[in-house]
Amino acid sequence: MNLPYDEMLNEAGKARPHYRTFHRWLNQQSETLMGLKRAEAELIFRRVGITFAVYGDDLGSERTIPFDQIPRIFSAQEWAQLETGLRQRVQALNRFIYDIYHEETIIKAGIVPAEQIFNNAQYRPEMRNVDVPRDIYAQIAGIDIVRAGAGEFYVLEDNLRVPSGVSYMVEDRKMMMRLFPDLFQEQRIAPVEHYPDLLLECLKSVKPSDVKKPNVVVLTPGMYNSAYFEHTYLALQMGVELVEGKDLYVKNEQVFMRTTQGPERVDVIYRRIDDDFLDPLAFRSDSTLGVAGLLSAYRAGNVTLANAIGTGVADDKSIYPYVPAMIEFYLGEKPILNNVPTFQCRKPEDLAYTLAHLSELVVKETHGAGGYGMLVGPAASKAEIESFRVHLKTNPEKYIAQPTLALSTCPTFVEAGIAPRHIDLRPFVLSGKTVKMVPGGLTRVALKEGSLVVNSSQGGGTKDTWVLET
Amino acid sequence: MLSRTADCLYWMARYTERAENTARMLDVSHQTALLPQPEQFLEQSWKKLLTISKLEDDFSKKYDTINRHNVLDFMIYENTNPSSIVSCLYSARENARVIRGRITSEVWETQNTTWLELQTILVNRERSDHSRFLEWVKHRCHLVRGVIQGTMLKNEALYFLGIGTLIERADNTARILETKYEIQENVKPAQKNKGAEVDVNDSFFNFYHWASLLRSVSGFEIYRQIYSDQITPKQVAELLIFNPQMPRSLVSCVNELIPLMAAVRNQDSKEIERLLGKLKASLEYSDIDEVFSQGLEEFIEDFLERINHIADDFSNTFLIPLAVA
Repeated sequence: MNLPYDEMLNEAGKARPHYRTFHRWLNQQSETLMGLKRAEAELIFRRVGITFAVYGDDLGSERTIPFDQIPRIFSAQEWAQLETGLRQRVQALNRFIYDIYHEETIIKAGIVPAEQIFNNAQYRPEMRNVDVPRDIYAQIAGIDIVRAGAGEFYVLEDNLRVPSGVSYMVEDRKMMMRLFPDLFQEQRIAPVEHYPDLLLECLKSVKPSDVKKPNVVVLTPGMYNSAYFEHTYLALQMGVELVEGKDLYVKNEQVFMRTTQGPERVDVIYRRIDDDFLDPLAFRSDSTLGVAGLLSAYRAGNVTLANAIGTGVADDKSIYPYVPAMIEFYLGEKPILNNVPTFQCRKPEDLAYTLAHLSELVVKETHGAGGYGMLVGPAASKAEIESFRVHLKTNPEKYIAQPTLALSTCPTFVEAGIAPRHIDLRPFVLSGKTVKMVPGGLTRVALKEGSLVVNSSQGGGTKDTWVLET
Repeated sequence: MLSRTADCLYWMARYTERAENTARMLDVSHQTALLPQPEQFLEQSWKKLLTISKLEDDFSKKYDTINRHNVLDFMIYENTNPSSIVSCLYSARENARVIRGRITSEVWETQNTTWLELQTILVNRERSDHSRFLEWVKHRCHLVRGVIQGTMLKNEALYFLGIGTLIERADNTARILETKYEIQENVKPAQKNKGAEVDVNDSFFNFYHWASLLRSVSGFEIYRQIYSDQITPKQVAELLIFNPQMPRSLVSCVNELIPLMAAVRNQDSKEIERLLGKLKASLEYSDIDEVFSQGLEEFIEDFLERINHIADDFSNTFLIPLAVA
């Protein structure tokens, strides 16, 4: 098997053009200095409290996500290609969600089978014929991208519900600027710290139409949520209130928050709570995180939720294979980003192929997330493969299979020194009055040698992501 | 400001103040226990530490006898006792954590450091020296208040913190006064009959008793400065109730609460301001002779009822999310 594409070095072991300046700099740094800087970064992250809560651990246990000092760098040209592709994809996805809750043209055209939508647990009948501002459903989208070769990007997953990680994108940049200011003088690196401004602008642009100056809030499940730091961070950076469900109530189909000066109307809610927990009257009645009556206020058009209710149907792994067709259907354009070829095990011929090639494929649950419940064929033991074979045969519709991609690697500090580790990228796409992005995203790195799983819950780390300006 | 945010600020301040006052009371009892005195008196004073915070029932669930070791253990470390120092410091830090975006990072880091240091102390709990620990608690609480005053914007958040501190302090000063005074009254006749070696009525003992009370509110030196006189119960009570310059006196707490309450005023808070104004007037137009002829205990009971009524009204008006109308 060929070595995977390395972001920094070409086949001859020489730095690629956009990495040259950094590579030269890296070679001049002593190991001791890099070790000291690494310890400094860890200390700062902990003191400032950039941590995520760990479920099931003791009271007050908080961890930092490992941060690696070697950035992942894009040339301006490569980024431009990626950005155009991301905008295209998110636009099509938003059109798709609008369509399946309204005219269903894509179903009528026979492109996506009706049962794939209506039998999906994430499809919300409550949203049928409900109009949302600017027809935008996924105001905030996080698209997971991997690279297989030069200019060869694949979308691994679309995250259209409550994608997280953007605070690390900004904090990683701040940390790099703090540790190595000289690097930022030697070359022009596109800034990302204005993300919260873009987010606020985006949220304001989808306000209910009768409101002049919208009151925007961030809705969090609370301090025990693993992403609580990010919720606090975004609210603080945007200068808006961070609220919990119990701070809000609905009266006459309008949402209010309880303040020391009495009730105050809320117009736009950037919610970081899943659909299921949003409104105990409409969804899970045991939810204590949500707001009773929120759905009724939302359907009446008196409050905007970002993201909208019911976006989950479009980022499901069972809908994923249809996204390229969606792009052509709604936009009349050729898809710029590749989809990973996907075998839908609900189809008998795909299932047969999957069962015959388990040791080469990655098998995923259609509704899974966070790197749980998947089989990485080439890395799995015989027993693991056999146990998955049984699952597949009993519930084929619950699974999809994809060829194992040769994910690109990036040099990374590990115990033994610097070694290549697999990475992915989650850029964030904001859709409001216009579609906006900051140049970059969150680069996640699998710290275990050979591992392809980059999730922080599975021992992944993060890197700063640079887009060079030319 | 969100009611929940105000609630966290208010309780962060109250728990910090309570931790400090509990440390003050324990420290004084711990020190005076070293003085020669009748057994009965000693037991009474440990018991009073529990009644002061209405904790006898919770205590008796866990311990058989009231003695120095058990009471200190219960009041310092016991998780199930919401007024123990460890519980107070925990609650103060949890409240701070929820609203860390609303306090300065210095305030948060101070609260967080207190908590982290406490963990180290708890590990070596068996070897820890009570006096030093209680000193540390007082010091950390002083530090939190200082960092708050020195770094926070003078806005609503600071006012809610102030209100929490002052309500808790008024309540605690009143309770300390009530308890210490009661002990004196109760023990006297019994001891006289027995003709014990140490006469609690003698001026030597009296001195230590009231001096300890003063020390628990950092008032010993202040007393000397103001009265230049021997320590008498009446003057101690006067200092702690009526002296507007004494930072922990009842009148001082009420006086400081009034402008803060006006600063956070909303459409439903008129009644609270009225009650506070009445309380201030009744303190201003009274004096220690009137209190003593009415009975100190009765006076304190009345004060506690009024300040706690104000605290409840305040919670209902500003903090507790009201049921949807």
